Amino acid sequence: MTTVEAGVAGGVGTSPKRPDGGLKVRGEFAFSSDLWADDMLWGATLRSPHPHARIRGIDITAAVALPGVYAVLTHEDVPGAKRYGLEIVDQPVLAMGEVKYQGEPVAVVAADHPETARRAAARIVVDYEVLPAVTEASLGVLLRHVPIRTGDPDATADVVVTGEYQVGMQDQAFLGPESGLAVPAEDGGVDLYIATQWLHVDQKQVADCLGLPAEKVRLTLAGVGGAFGAREDLSMQVHASLLALHTGRPVKMVYGREESFFGHVHRHPATMWYEHGATRDGKLVYVKAKIVLDGGAYASSSTAVAANAATLGIGPYEVPNVVMDASVYYTNNPPCGAMRGFGAVQACFAYESQMDKLASALGLDPVEVRLRNAMTTGSRMPTGQIVEGPAPVADLLIRVRSAPPAPEGSGDLREMPGGVSNTTHGEGVVRGIGYGIGIKNVAFSEGFDDYATARVRLELIGGEPAVLVHTAAAEVGQGLVTVQAQIARTELGVERVTVATADTSVGSAGSSSASRQTYMTGGAVRAACQAVRAALLARVGGARLDGGKVLSDSGAVIADLASVIGDGPIEETVEWRHRPTYPLDPVTGQGNAHVQYAFAAHRATVDVDVELGLVRVVEIVTAQDVGKAVNPLAVEGQIHGGTAQGLGLALMEEIQMVDGIVRNPSFTDYLIPTILDMPPMKVDVLEMADPHSPYGLRGVGEPPTISSTPAVVAAVRAATGKALTRVPVRPEHIVG
Amino acid sequence: MDFLRPSTWDEALAAKAAHPDAVPIAGGTDVMVELNFDRRRPPALLDLTRVAPLTEWGTDGDLLRVGAGVSYRRIIEELGSRLPGLAMASRTVGSPQIRNRGTVGGNLGSASPAGDAHPPLLAAGALVELASVRGVRRVPVDGFFRGPKRSVLEPDELIAGFLVRPGGAQQFAKVGTRNAMVIAVCSFALSLSLETRSVGTGIGSAAPTPLRATEAEEFLSRELDWEARGPVPPSVAQRFGELVAAAASPIDDVRGTAAYRSHALSVLARRTLAWAWKGFREVGP
Repeated sequence: MTTVEAGVAGGVGTSPKRPDGGLKVRGEFAFSSDLWADDMLWGATLRSPHPHARIRGIDITAAVALPGVYAVLTHEDVPGAKRYGLEIVDQPVLAMGEVKYQGEPVAVVAADHPETARRAAARIVVDYEVLPAVTEASLGVLLRHVPIRTGDPDATADVVVTGEYQVGMQDQAFLGPESGLAVPAEDGGVDLYIATQWLHVDQKQVADCLGLPAEKVRLTLAGVGGAFGAREDLSMQVHASLLALHTGRPVKMVYGREESFFGHVHRHPATMWYEHGATRDGKLVYVKAKIVLDGGAYASSSTAVAANAATLGIGPYEVPNVVMDASVYYTNNPPCGAMRGFGAVQACFAYESQMDKLASALGLDPVEVRLRNAMTTGSRMPTGQIVEGPAPVADLLIRVRSAPPAPEGSGDLREMPGGVSNTTHGEGVVRGIGYGIGIKNVAFSEGFDDYATARVRLELIGGEPAVLVHTAAAEVGQGLVTVQAQIARTELGVERVTVATADTSVGSAGSSSASRQTYMTGGAVRAACQAVRAALLARVGGARLDGGKVLSDSGAVIADLASVIGDGPIEETVEWRHRPTYPLDPVTGQGNAHVQYAFAAHRATVDVDVELGLVRVVEIVTAQDVGKAVNPLAVEGQIHGGTAQGLGLALMEEIQMVDGIVRNPSFTDYLIPTILDMPPMKVDVLEMADPHSPYGLRGVGEPPTISSTPAVVAAVRAATGKALTRVPVRPEHIVG
Repeated sequence: MDFLRPSTWDEALAAKAAHPDAVPIAGGTDVMVELNFDRRRPPALLDLTRVAPLTEWGTDGDLLRVGAGVSYRRIIEELGSRLPGLAMASRTVGSPQIRNRGTVGGNLGSASPAGDAHPPLLAAGALVELASVRGVRRVPVDGFFRGPKRSVLEPDELIAGFLVRPGGAQQFAKVGTRNAMVIAVCSFALSLSLETRSVGTGIGSAAPTPLRATEAEEFLSRELDWEARGPVPPSVAQRFGELVAAAASPIDDVRGTAAYRSHALSVLARRTLAWAWKGFREVGP
């Protein structure tokens, strides 16, 4: 246990208002697309119209000739590394002789007006020789295969169910498109203001491509309008920096909505074959599974996504015998990479569909069959890893099942499938209920050196103690700035906390992904606060802090906090790590690959118009173990948002691809749930402390996205009797 | 790009005559999207928001005349009881912000096959009033659309408004793949008049233009028991649905398949018929 200061408002476990909340609601928050410099130029990108083509030549003459154009750059103008990548350096900054997906950047332009820049880009003549495109993952080049073998590969069972499942290409659909401002610096370097998830991994890649040392590429986080994995890879970072260094002027780049669909990676489409064998009383004997993921044209984080799909691919169940093969392939589709849930989403749709199928084959209630196989503390993952922390899988399931049934509709059109579009007044409407539960790893895995850095300074400002917290952790809308301040208040007993803008003048915080930032940067801030506190107490031989006083062992007041700080601010910087993880054995997939597991369960109630195939989700009940709700309101927000994103995948969200071409790159035709699609939720938050994490907390952001999809689909199946083996479910699948 | 801002209708018509390639703009909910997406860069915009009479509605003989600049929101709030079909359709347009800005005149001007206002205007047999410095003409709405985003509007003409006979039973239903803010996968409007014993229909998003299901109209007007207002036999409803679906020529696209659209139209036709007829049976003429 930690010494937690009592009596300071706005500490851990409370829900202070987030500093960006009011600004965002009023439309006053400065996003990265609002950046401005007086003498700035505007960048634009020319992209490939083809999913696969050889470039025989690029003629920039007409573009350069356009008045107002300051630079037109191709791969030849990239001074450093010509390629970048998160795990495998394979993606060209600008296409070199070949384009491998529709939307691949070919050239960039800087001009004194954004429209001039776009017009100039359109004047670049690229001589393409169109090549055949590989658009089926199974026909592509293998990028990674993750096998997992445990137990007897030839195990047999009384009852066997098989199924093939597909997940379409989901988009993160953040609201703030890719944007940033690159400012050339006097030292020959560049200052880049950017919306990203991980400043330091951007810094390294940008510096490599510019041929500059990292210290000459300084990044500052600009206002981020959502991320969900889509800002893990570079988009316009190198392009804007190149243009700024080339022109000697600040260069701003902002993608439009359509361009944004080509500017970031998407969720991997998946095809999955599962076979579940169980005893007659519903105990799983074996699972055999093959997962094929479409990685698209470049690697991005595909290798890690495949590992997640494999290691988490049988779900939160005890299964003695597992044969799992997850593979990801290169194709000429858009690159796929990180998105909330990261490989666990696709697998969960398949294994939860299978659990329902098994329940049906056994004549069991779908929750009952899950309870009979639910993993718990001490259970063994198919990787051989023992689940050490709380694993309240059965408890979560029982909680969502025990919630009162969803209310009957009032007859208001807004509660009907189709809503105010007035497609039914009750005709054809059938109610269904479905369940889903999922498992997710928290933080980085497979032996990755995962750490976060925090610098904390305790000083007097106007005679009052004040804390400055400085990290490079990206606030992407999840509320991390608020959480950092809460932790500092709790650890130092000081209410006045400022969180500095994240930048690269402090060490890496790691990525705002993998549900890891409260755990990791939160852990680092806490450790830095503890170091500050130790230094403070050492000054006067104190034992602890309480109510702004330094106390002795016996509890006697030694001094006022303010007087101990005096003229000597205390500053500590800490690099903090979670317990180490280990690689997977490449043949058996055995290994302690993950540091923490997180679980959420959902119950969805839907009304389906079975004649029109339209769905209205009536209610979603969820239970999730968060270890410790550091900010309960933010936890609830994450659970609502994640659930909505999973509902979107279940019912509407898909980038539709035909022969490598994106058919719906707009919010007109890429649909995300509105408030009339997202029902009221009942959220049950459990706090079962993890002994190894700060405050016992567990990553929160991803689990809600994982199990809401299969729960909604199961409910639609219950209403329609249709197999529905593909998400998103479309109306024609229901009526067909 | 020139931005023309007439303050009277005569000035607007003169401006359009002088700048036939100027694009009229009212709510901007279509035009600004086209501009922002760089799909269109006309030499001039003709802003009609200062022309006050466009935002007025009133009677014209036994017809209701609605100015082209009346917003969807006002259609819902002010004309909901007189033009219920159009009000239902207006309620499905975009978000509250879009309904505050968007106008039926703009919807007609865009002439999209998916325009939500079109099916109820078709079903109600509306007239579109077109004006230019040369004069005014009234075109039946089923002769207004010429193709996807094309109409009979001449380069020097502006849409002044539309005229429609109020009354009767009207319904509108639209299929979309989410429950709000969605472009129609297909839509259907129905209008029944006891007075004239006639049936009007309008189909959206299922052909190159919005269109009427004429054969279905004729069939239903023959088969309905206008006199006693007896129940609609299921076979009649079924046949009506089939004829509505047969009138469409849908395609497969990102929003749905042709087969689904045909199926959904037949369902919507049956359901809207049941609702509209039920209204007659309960309330009377």
